[in-house]
Amino acid sequence: MCVARRVGFSDPPAPCGPADSMTKASRTNDLSWMIGGPQGSGVDSSANVFARACAHAGLNVFGKREYYSNIMGEHSYFAMRAHRNVVRSHIDAVNVLATFEAETAFRHAREVTDDGAILYDPSLGKTRISDVPTLEKRLAADLKTYLISRGLGETLDDLLAACRQRGVTLVPIPYRALLEKIAEAFQVDQLSKIARMVNMLAVGGSFGVLGLDLGPMERALQDVFRAKANVVKMNAAGAKLAHELATSLAPDVGYRLERIPRSEPRLFLMGSQATALGKIYGGLRFQTYYPITPASDESEYLEMNEVLSLTGAAGPEAEDASFARDQVASILVVQTEDEIAAITMATGAALTGARAATCTSGPGFSLMMEGIGWASINEVPVVITLYQRAGPSTGMPTRHEQGDLRFALHAGHGDAPRILLASGDFEESIRDGFLAFNFADRYQMPVIHLVDKALANSYATVPVPDLSDLRVDRGAFANGGGPNAGPYRRFDLGNGPVSPRAILGQEGTIFWNTGDEHDEQGHITEDPVLRNLMMEKRFAKLDLAAREIPEDVKVRYFGPKDADAVVVSWGSTKGPLLDALDRLWAEGARLGYLHVRLINPFPVEPVARLLAKASTRVGVEMNFTAQLGGIVREQTGVEMTHSILKYNGRPMSSSELYDALGAVVRGTGPKRTVLTHGT
Amino acid sequence: MALEQVLKPADYATEVHNDWCPGCGDFGILRTIQMALSEMRMEPHRVTIVSGIGCSAKTIHYVKTYGVHTLHGRALPYASGVKLANPDLKVICLSGDGDGLGIGGGHFVNAGRRNVDMLYIIHDNGVYGLTKGQASPTLKLGVQTKSLAHPNINDAVNPIWLALAAGATWVARGYSYDVKHLRDLIVDGVQHKGYAFLDVLQPCPAYNNLNTKEWYGGEDRKDERGRAMPRVYTLGDGGYDPVVHDSSEIGKKATQALEKALEWDDRIPMGVFYRNELVPTYEERIAQRVPTYRSAPPALQRIATEDGVPATDLSKLLGNLTIPPT
Repeated sequence: MCVARRVGFSDPPAPCGPADSMTKASRTNDLSWMIGGPQGSGVDSSANVFARACAHAGLNVFGKREYYSNIMGEHSYFAMRAHRNVVRSHIDAVNVLATFEAETAFRHAREVTDDGAILYDPSLGKTRISDVPTLEKRLAADLKTYLISRGLGETLDDLLAACRQRGVTLVPIPYRALLEKIAEAFQVDQLSKIARMVNMLAVGGSFGVLGLDLGPMERALQDVFRAKANVVKMNAAGAKLAHELATSLAPDVGYRLERIPRSEPRLFLMGSQATALGKIYGGLRFQTYYPITPASDESEYLEMNEVLSLTGAAGPEAEDASFARDQVASILVVQTEDEIAAITMATGAALTGARAATCTSGPGFSLMMEGIGWASINEVPVVITLYQRAGPSTGMPTRHEQGDLRFALHAGHGDAPRILLASGDFEESIRDGFLAFNFADRYQMPVIHLVDKALANSYATVPVPDLSDLRVDRGAFANGGGPNAGPYRRFDLGNGPVSPRAILGQEGTIFWNTGDEHDEQGHITEDPVLRNLMMEKRFAKLDLAAREIPEDVKVRYFGPKDADAVVVSWGSTKGPLLDALDRLWAEGARLGYLHVRLINPFPVEPVARLLAKASTRVGVEMNFTAQLGGIVREQTGVEMTHSILKYNGRPMSSSELYDALGAVVRGTGPKRTVLTHGT
Repeated sequence: MALEQVLKPADYATEVHNDWCPGCGDFGILRTIQMALSEMRMEPHRVTIVSGIGCSAKTIHYVKTYGVHTLHGRALPYASGVKLANPDLKVICLSGDGDGLGIGGGHFVNAGRRNVDMLYIIHDNGVYGLTKGQASPTLKLGVQTKSLAHPNINDAVNPIWLALAAGATWVARGYSYDVKHLRDLIVDGVQHKGYAFLDVLQPCPAYNNLNTKEWYGGEDRKDERGRAMPRVYTLGDGGYDPVVHDSSEIGKKATQALEKALEWDDRIPMGVFYRNELVPTYEERIAQRVPTYRSAPPALQRIATEDGVPATDLSKLLGNLTIPPT
């Protein structure tokens, strides 16, 4: 039984606690917290501080960010989990909801569990639903129906009353009065100057409700506002006031956070940073991009960190150019005029031997097709990091989807080999960011690295990954030969599918490139025999990649071997799947999980082998058409018996996956389940 | 970087069969590129020539330097990527007029904003040759070349104006049958510090029956002694000074160039319209942020030891993202 009662969404997501039998003890260090507010009001910083504070307290955190395609004013929120164990996903239920304006309360109050708490501004109690113009009509109507059915009016006080009726603890925080105290203490002449501090008051108040002292939060404030000592002090003072007040108002809310000793450091990062780190470590030295959500974050991170350190760099005593080359590293990030320029400029850079990449999302990727084909026919190692978002067309620019799998697989006209890697979590993002360059160089073709909005905009603590096994593989390079060597043949047909590559500027290896079919030197040809040989050469590299890439890069399998039922998925659904499976496994379900990471060349043998004994095969992906399921069938002949899909733009929660998978395991799940949770 | 032993223009030629039409203006441009490379004593491997799509783009296959024949309209961003990743290379970029000003118009504008140190040549014949003679962006309004069903309904873009507006710091025009002058322009454009744009007028004997070699040469208008009066003339002859000597002259020199670039039909000016080396190149702008950019550009950096151990030290970046033990 779910502890939280079902609440009255007309399309009912039934919020449910993270575990079924929640005892008082289990509610310590097992929290789902949310903060929301208008975009541009500082919600990001407050969520960052809350998460860092939890991390400083020794907890694991996972947070997801939801926002509109808007600069200022529309609603955004963070859903954050803090847990004693590893957390890799969000859940639907909210235990503590921190609000400082009306919209967040209107939108999310019904997601709060009966035993949870809501922090709110009591001066906003008379706000009516119709006073909030940014609420979607459907949601406003739904809220009214909910309140009318309970004999209540249409104000925030009415909604909060409904919450109190079902047991939710209400924690009124008089934000303005607290800000006035701070203004007085710090001699701030205008309250508007510190209005953004309401965020940190809400965080401090939350920790009061949760019984965690403010030590970790103070460290987090120092992390976030490093250079601004006064800002740290003021926010800490404000947080203290809210903390004291909340502690007295809500002394016995069931959810508690307690410090846990942790002897290992943790990384606290965003998915876009994880991918960037992998690329930097792999030797990325040239990146192009055109601004697009949610991909730009990565390029901005690279640009901010464009000057790099090298290991073993000696002192500055030698200053000649060749020495500098060995001692210095930097990334050139170029903002281009469009994504056509982004892919083509990166490809030009790759021809000089630099490890080069571009980074985009669906609409930009659509513009790159011709350039990807050019890189493929000219066997240029270029990496395209594709942050998927909800399409088609502009779709929902700030919302999540895994809808570009088939597109990336076939992008461009003609048959053009490319490698496709799809990361499922932060560590895979780092590793794949690194490996993408190795594969590009070794097999001399474009590599498309698929990530997505959910990964990009998630924050989490993760163990510091051990990357000591990673080696840079630059593939085969040609040397200039001697004076008696014949002309260099860039696309030599004589020695296997991979021809040693020369780079522009190298002596003795002049070659030509063309988007036309070419001969061994790179000149245009329409000779039918040569055409066949070149097509076969290019595709043989893909066969080689399929043979050489290790199985643990191609796929991962979790859970009992030879299970009757196996989940097949890819990309960022990995987090919620593993969290849902942990619960199902704890209940004794025998369910395997096959996570496909290398999409092309498709790992036919391991996938066929790992599905051979499964009579129930459940495809789980964030798209309408079950794209991976189709590819598995095409490649192996094995069909999914069930699909669990989602395409409303909100990432899968582990709670809805738990419900849907549970139904399949019990034999009551339909062939096609469409998940709908998320706000 | 220059060669000790002088290579002749013919030494920069490949043996690839040339399939341009007899009388094509591209021959003149090809020849002058080879002459200019010889003149500058360029080591062939230090030069990369990047082209788009069309007859003009085939040029790279006939020149014995690195040659990158790219996509329709995209020569400039490919060339910019090459140059920025390894600024030690000499980069020349070629397009047709449809290639560079039609499908590639966006890149034309943005190349001016960057001022990457390279020469961009547009082979300008007013038509799309390989697709059989459609009107290109430089064909004048109302004229009807032989394969058009109707007179041209679009007005022409003025490449000189566009280049100036976009920010090109060296803007010139040449004529494919004035080989020596064109060679000098190419040398000058390559040696210019910054983004140099060279519009080269060339006949298309197959599809442009109006702007022919005879038309440019003024064969249709003879002086009293029966000599042709060429339409093309050289700018420098009249004391025209295109150089911006200090930044206060920018307006004056640009205005002068714009006015000159309006001339057409009876007198068509050739030569350098505008030159301004006071604008920092993109490479210089990068070097202001990353002082080691020139000595260790992206293409020449060490990314791993010989046995593949990554050379990049992540500890600082990871440190910034680390939450220490409690």
